[in-house]
Amino acid sequence: MMKLTAEKLGQFKDQLLAGNALREDGSRVRITVHMGTCGIASGAKEVMDALREEIAASARKDILVNTSGCMGLCSREPLVTVECIGQEPIKYQYMDAEKTKLVFREHVLNGKVHLPFVLARGTEISD
Amino acid sequence: MEEHDTVNGIPTMQELPFFARQKIRVLKNRGVIDPGRIEDYIARDGYAGMVKALTKMTPEEIIKEVTDSGLRGRGGAGFPTGAKWRFASQSKNDVKYVICNADEGDPGAYMDRSVLEGDPQAVLEGMVIAAKAIGAHQGYIYCRAEYPLAIQQLNIAIDQAKGHGLIGQNILDTGFDFDLEVYQGAGAFVCGEETALMTSIEGKRGMPRPRPPFPAVSGLWGKPSVLNNVETLASVPQIILKGAAWYASVGTEKSRGTKVFALTGDINNVGLVEVPMGTTLRTIVYDIGGGMRDNRPFKAAQLGGPSGGCIPAEHLDAPIDYEKVAELGAIMGSGGLIIMNDEKNMVDVAKFFMEFCCDESCGKCVPCREGTKRMLEILSNLAKSKGKPGDIERLEELAGMIKITALCGLGQTAPNPVLSTIRYFRKEYEERIMRGKGPSGP
Repeated sequence: MMKLTAEKLGQFKDQLLAGNALREDGSRVRITVHMGTCGIASGAKEVMDALREEIAASARKDILVNTSGCMGLCSREPLVTVECIGQEPIKYQYMDAEKTKLVFREHVLNGKVHLPFVLARGTEISD
Repeated sequence: MEEHDTVNGIPTMQELPFFARQKIRVLKNRGVIDPGRIEDYIARDGYAGMVKALTKMTPEEIIKEVTDSGLRGRGGAGFPTGAKWRFASQSKNDVKYVICNADEGDPGAYMDRSVLEGDPQAVLEGMVIAAKAIGAHQGYIYCRAEYPLAIQQLNIAIDQAKGHGLIGQNILDTGFDFDLEVYQGAGAFVCGEETALMTSIEGKRGMPRPRPPFPAVSGLWGKPSVLNNVETLASVPQIILKGAAWYASVGTEKSRGTKVFALTGDINNVGLVEVPMGTTLRTIVYDIGGGMRDNRPFKAAQLGGPSGGCIPAEHLDAPIDYEKVAELGAIMGSGGLIIMNDEKNMVDVAKFFMEFCCDESCGKCVPCREGTKRMLEILSNLAKSKGKPGDIERLEELAGMIKITALCGLGQTAPNPVLSTIRYFRKEYEERIMRGKGPSGP
């Protein structure tokens, strides 16, 4: 790992912001499984397993899988966020392995948001 | 579950009342960053507050900024954080400690767990800033062993922060040293009390001791120490980065900033909510919480866990801040907020919390050890409709005695759930005495 200095932290941040963006010639899809204790207790690990299986089967190399903590709405867990390049992130609620496979095929592979499982679109804005 | 016809018909996060009425500061990275990747944290201004504190501010300036922000301890007692830091900074000693209290144990409370699991670097950054303010070079995070994921994420976060030179010797080449480690608690509720927590880190049985001396004077291993709760420390980086005025711009006169609540119980949206201090219970329950489950009537909100109390429907419009909540007979507490409908009997609620305190009493002082036991006996009899005339007065007498004579916060506040339910729901106690059983919970 790179040791930072006070001066370099700002530059490092800028590099990271540029590197995190989805790109046509890099990762074109980012899928985040929300895996706080609440998510895991509701089945987020099964969701993650199903997702990895689907990605492996699709042989797509441009899909980034992230985990994240609780996004606040514990009673709608497991929650999954799908962000395709050039589009708003979509939050899916009450997910399970089967629903994950469906969303992956419809949304990620066919580019059609799977409306019945959707909670919301966009991102929370902090103060 | 809502269904949408088109993508355009999907509400944005800001259009959902659950998110719209919140103001996220401590939880600003929730669901967005990968807690196992320090890069994600840095990309969202992580460690920028620490850099400012280490390179541009003196300890006095840091303490002034935190004091001016109005930040008060989010563990529940609400002691001004800046004042706590000032006391510790004024204690002369080569060795001082910064301790993060992550021993969250109130039933129904999981705010700190969510921060530790989802944004652990914010806590580390807050600790380094606190260390610079008081002149400490070693820290501990006391986290309960029942939080395995939080402990795992914290350890990953510490390793990554050390790897990048953000913790350890000569942080970011500024000449400041601060190291820290996680200490696992073994599951005793009393270890969330600061003196018991330090005794536990010292390797002894976790029992409280009288204060003074306060930890700022004589804390861990007799050295000056600052103990802050997870949410308090996670608030600090943004206060330093954005300034005291920014932080103090929301909230009430004496309770500035935001508060995170774990919203649970008979409500539609269960989850973690962060709202400005002074937000009404009605907004939290009916807007953010989406109303009562099955449209049953709201009966009471339990705030502050075993040290807190119940707020009844007549006070739904009270602005929630430290002062108002205390006036209503509850305490802000760490943020557990349990919403109850009309099916819940308040004698049963009081009995539940007294059982908890009785179990968790460490036994060191008589008022807590024996007093909670005697109160529980009376409550158990009432719950079985075997109450006797005079039981309410006996409970009140015992409660008053325990409050003024118990050694630590656990005992001093243990009677609160009983007193607050007697205050607002005396009739349910009387029913259990006079006419056998009152309306009972499921």
